[in-house]
Amino acid sequence: MSARENILNVIAMNQPEFIEIPVIDSSVMIQYDDVYAQFKTVLESIGGKTELISDTSVLKQQLTADKQNGSFVVNTISALGEVDEQVAFLSASELEKVEKAYVKGTIGVAENGAIWVYESQMINRLIPFICQHLVLVIEKKDIVNTLHQAYEKVEVSKEGFGAFIAGPSKTADIEQSLVIGAHGARSALIYVIE
Amino acid sequence: MTVKHAALAEKFIADEPRTNWHDETLWFVREKRDKAAHGLPEWEQLREWGSQIKNATLSNLANYLKEFEEKATANGIKIHWASDAKEHNEIVHEIIKKYGIQKIVKSKSMLTEECHLNEYLQHNGIEVVDTDLGERIVQFRKEPPSHIVLPAIHLKKEDVSATFHEHLQTEKGNNDPQYLTEAARQHLRNKFVESDLAITGVNFAIAETGGFVVCTNEGNADMGAHTAPVHIACMGFEKLIPKAEHLSVFLRLLARSATGQPITTYSSHFHKPRPNQEMHIVIVDNGRSKQLGREDFRNSLKCIRCAACFNTCPVYRRSGGHSYHTAVAGPIGSILNPNLDMKANADLPFASTLCGSCTNVCPVKINIHEQLWKWRQVIVSEGYVAGSKKISMKGMDFLFSNPKIYRLMGKMGRKSMQLFPFMVNNKFNVWFKQREMPTPPKESFRDWYLKNKKSQN
Repeated sequence: MSARENILNVIAMNQPEFIEIPVIDSSVMIQYDDVYAQFKTVLESIGGKTELISDTSVLKQQLTADKQNGSFVVNTISALGEVDEQVAFLSASELEKVEKAYVKGTIGVAENGAIWVYESQMINRLIPFICQHLVLVIEKKDIVNTLHQAYEKVEVSKEGFGAFIAGPSKTADIEQSLVIGAHGARSALIYVIE
Repeated sequence: MTVKHAALAEKFIADEPRTNWHDETLWFVREKRDKAAHGLPEWEQLREWGSQIKNATLSNLANYLKEFEEKATANGIKIHWASDAKEHNEIVHEIIKKYGIQKIVKSKSMLTEECHLNEYLQHNGIEVVDTDLGERIVQFRKEPPSHIVLPAIHLKKEDVSATFHEHLQTEKGNNDPQYLTEAARQHLRNKFVESDLAITGVNFAIAETGGFVVCTNEGNADMGAHTAPVHIACMGFEKLIPKAEHLSVFLRLLARSATGQPITTYSSHFHKPRPNQEMHIVIVDNGRSKQLGREDFRNSLKCIRCAACFNTCPVYRRSGGHSYHTAVAGPIGSILNPNLDMKANADLPFASTLCGSCTNVCPVKINIHEQLWKWRQVIVSEGYVAGSKKISMKGMDFLFSNPKIYRLMGKMGRKSMQLFPFMVNNKFNVWFKQREMPTPPKESFRDWYLKNKKSQN
């Protein structure tokens, strides 16, 4: 008998009597008076930064300025200008030199400062992780209270990959001292468009 | 057999300031957990749902596993099944051999620790680079992790500095965590971009969608998995959850219980390999199906590896992870490991005060302290306790079932403690170690009660 059949047979024999999956009642979950204020507070407490902007013009200017100063800046957002489609084909050693990446997020979560990003929004799965500095852009109307609402809006298996990203990469593995910038982005700046 | 944990703990506590630091630091993490939990009015309801979802999963596990396999295969992921650690290691080794892979990066996976994958591959001439900072530190030092979430919590920054000076040529005596972390970042970024294979663990596998979620703060799982042409994710079969919507319950519980964070920095959802990438999942049993059949212990399989029970445990905090001599230490390890090898791990269920704090913080409501107590009974009846313990238990059994002798012994004990204190205040009495013995009372409660009852009448 193969390992698969053996394992499944023993499990079927040993598992307890069938129990129904509970219904998760999302009406009992916390609701914030001001989801943006909560999102900002939490995100700043975990090392991120937020900026509320009225339209994309500030962002466009910022992107242009970044591109002009000569460092490797990647834009994946069509609303901001030309999209750097070529990053889809770049190797990790090439992407390692990315200084800053502009990436659009789908949903922001007030309770934990996380932002859902689909693979298509990253263009290359490595982009939001390998860049030195990450700029995420979401719309204010897309900030929800909790993860429950976020999972209602996101279809996790729609694309091959997707992630909740909450602030910059960090570690406290040396004597519990918090250090921002472990392996991923050293900073996370979130622009929230009103 | 039962002295193993105690003997190892004795070594750990020989350094008192370090023991105190370890104790206080983990308690601080426990306090952060409390603060995060209290921030959500629905916290207790979440724990209840977490527990119920896991109960439901275990009750229909064979079907959920088949569903997961079918969906994952349709997503283009190759599924492997391993009955035990040996099969798991061989499957990984086969994939490595097939592609002639040289450069391997691995993010945190307690399952691969449980299976001793690194040692197995090393034995076959293959080097694996652990990429979680804490795991890299202990790997350099040729030590196992001492905590499932904080692998290097037993070390001070001076130790890390010395280790990095030796292996990464950092400045001697520079103990700045920022500087040391930066050195590891540079070192490991090179490893990531060169990698041929990334091995990761799995936090949650979703039956409904055939995908899996990996949580890290550092981003090391993603750096490896999105670079290497081959990705192998290793999971114990109990990582399964029925639906994607259940992730909301577990991701809300996990990081808050583990470190008091509202969520880990990265919660990565893998469903399909990249173009030209191969993605494998190894589903491992290694004693889990047997544990599922033990009614008293099956719900230890609900564990989501947050380590809240470690951080709160008065014994773990003061004895360190290495005293548990297993991949998963702490209270949960003490109920998982006797299932794997009862004889070798017979000491672990005794490494507890049975205070119940572990059960109170467990995000999926595992009755940890009750299972520890139940394991003790199984271990004694199977004959796996030390002779000295057996004899003293027999003696107590005799004493407590003979009230007259009990009273006589009590009287003699009180008298001799008053007249000859050196008889108990000496190094042969283990209860005298690091503490003062209490002043013996003049009379027993029984004597006092009989006297006072009489005077009342």
